[in-house]
Amino acid sequence: MALSDEFLLEMHRRMVRIRLFDERASKMVKRGHIPGTVHTSIGQEAQVVGACMALEDDDYMTGNHRSHGHPIGKGSPLGPLMAELVGKATGICKGKGGSLHLADFSVGSLGESGIVGSSIPIATGAGLSSQVLGNKRVSLAFFGDGAANQGCLYEALNLAGAWKLPVVYLCENNQYALSTPAHTVTSGRIADRAAGFGIPGVRVENGQDVLAVYEAVSEAVRRARAGEGPSLLEVVTYRYREHSEGLRINVDYRDEAERETWLSQDPITLFGRVLVERGVATADEVDALEKEIAEEVEESVRFTNESPYPEAEVAFEDLYTDPHTSEVVR
Amino acid sequence: MTQMTYIGAIGAAQREALTADERVVVIGEDVEANVYGTTGASRQRAEEGDFVQMFGKNRVRNTPISEEVIAGAAIGAAMTGLRPIVDLSYSSFLYLAMDQFVNQAAKSRYMFGGQASIPVVFRSAMFYSLNAGAHHADRPYPMFMNVPGLKVITPASPADAKGLLLSAVESDDPVLCFEAVPLWGTKEEVSEEEYRIPFGVARTVREGGDVTIVAISGSVMDAVAAADELAEEGISAEVIDPRTLVPLDSEAIVKSVEKTGRLVIAEPAHRTCGAAAEISAIVAEEAIHALRGPILRVTAPDMQIPFSPVLESLLYPTKEKILDAVRRVCGEAPQEKRSGEPKAYADAKDAPQ
Repeated sequence: MALSDEFLLEMHRRMVRIRLFDERASKMVKRGHIPGTVHTSIGQEAQVVGACMALEDDDYMTGNHRSHGHPIGKGSPLGPLMAELVGKATGICKGKGGSLHLADFSVGSLGESGIVGSSIPIATGAGLSSQVLGNKRVSLAFFGDGAANQGCLYEALNLAGAWKLPVVYLCENNQYALSTPAHTVTSGRIADRAAGFGIPGVRVENGQDVLAVYEAVSEAVRRARAGEGPSLLEVVTYRYREHSEGLRINVDYRDEAERETWLSQDPITLFGRVLVERGVATADEVDALEKEIAEEVEESVRFTNESPYPEAEVAFEDLYTDPHTSEVVR
Repeated sequence: MTQMTYIGAIGAAQREALTADERVVVIGEDVEANVYGTTGASRQRAEEGDFVQMFGKNRVRNTPISEEVIAGAAIGAAMTGLRPIVDLSYSSFLYLAMDQFVNQAAKSRYMFGGQASIPVVFRSAMFYSLNAGAHHADRPYPMFMNVPGLKVITPASPADAKGLLLSAVESDDPVLCFEAVPLWGTKEEVSEEEYRIPFGVARTVREGGDVTIVAISGSVMDAVAAADELAEEGISAEVIDPRTLVPLDSEAIVKSVEKTGRLVIAEPAHRTCGAAAEISAIVAEEAIHALRGPILRVTAPDMQIPFSPVLESLLYPTKEKILDAVRRVCGEAPQEKRSGEPKAYADAKDAPQ
């Protein structure tokens, strides 16, 4: 697999974007600048970016409540995403979605879902439209290990398998559904469940390696685009932070040694080294790239701060396409 | 014009929609074999009119029995370029896909700030009054009226079934179409031309001056039969079929009540929080000054549906129950209707269910 230097640098850029965006968002939650709750993808960047960059720009993607990384991985600009977290008028969803519901249709991001597993059928339908219209687009459904136990996943795998829909089902196994360890509520391995549907099931053990994820997802995307049907991927990764920012859990459900092991496999540090080893960039150039992204994140915050809050009317818009129906009784 | 049954009119609408727009697909359980009679005119593949033969299995597809993913996939497909018509057969099966209807179909456009449009139609049939038992006899449209973002239609005649369904396919919003199986065999002249019936415009089935009967879905035919009998008694009843419940033509209802001063609402759904409850509230808010008697609802009671025909038939609105309600609100002597005496209030506590 010969990936261009520019492509590799873009992978790094997107991973750093997710990391710094989420770290900044986390600070803003603590300071009360972001209302509500925020779920970060810190620690899971390789899996998000490796998967998103295996897709073409006009391919589709759906996600979940851990909602910022996916559109960033798909190439969405940061300003409207950050403004959405604060509830500003310039937010990607006009301030009506918030952290849980980021969507950017301009980059094929069909929306994140606050209901665990609920967006999996949506991605399946995007695969159906691609097949009927013959436009060769692939759709990718991100979901966590918690969602892997929702019935809708199996309805989707069956339908997509039977109809050979161009869909990649990607389980981001970060090993905990909030505080519940996956192995205590999940029978068998998630990837193995694909066998029951007669489709490939691949477990990517080194999910902190962006290239390993990219390779596995690329093969699933190739199959999908060639009309060979869906795949189920399970990517093993780790969530560094709490389920959501500010959530305090009294029981120490994660082992300190486990945490240390995963921190030592930080996906961004690992890939920075790969870039240097391969001669794609010098260590200084990697640092400079990270500073550039830090400035991009600050710019998104400035954009957010300078943006107005939505007008009151906005609360009453966008329910229907049809203006007649939108005359809501208040 | 040609004589069409209700079910035949739905088939005609689906055929027209598939012919007119390549983005239209029909998916659902057993649609390829035309089991419910809406996906092809004939039993023989070779004969003209078979949907699979006309449009291919790419566009007319049997689904697995998986309501949640059928609904969700239709929503996702609608977001990305198709205009699916989904046949969910029995309305009771909608509950299996409740998350997709409520959390995805209804909310996606709003919470994504208008980025999504979801041009999908979900058809389902209410198999009540057919001894089908409690798992098949539901009339769940009021539940969905309670979900902002969905449109809810209840065609009550063959001509409306065709015209409303075609409007539903052309709507860029998710539409739930509730069809009443007791109406399936009803026949009338239906235009073979393409025509549309707009949403939010009620049909005045019969004009009258003494009482307004708002009737929904399968209750429309009972209301018309009641109005015929009332005419012989000297009571002139206006029968209004809202046709679409979201959007609801409240203006037509309010105007009619302002003219007649009396309102009876008949519908086959349960009483609590039904469409009749909503219409009662609207009239109470906007036209209470015009009311000369209590608003009476003729609905199914808040009771599950028993199997035995003897028991089941007790529960739905009938011509007789509507007659009884109208007589109560009109008082014993309808010719005194302009006297200003709200006689019927005293009887309200005995109102028929």
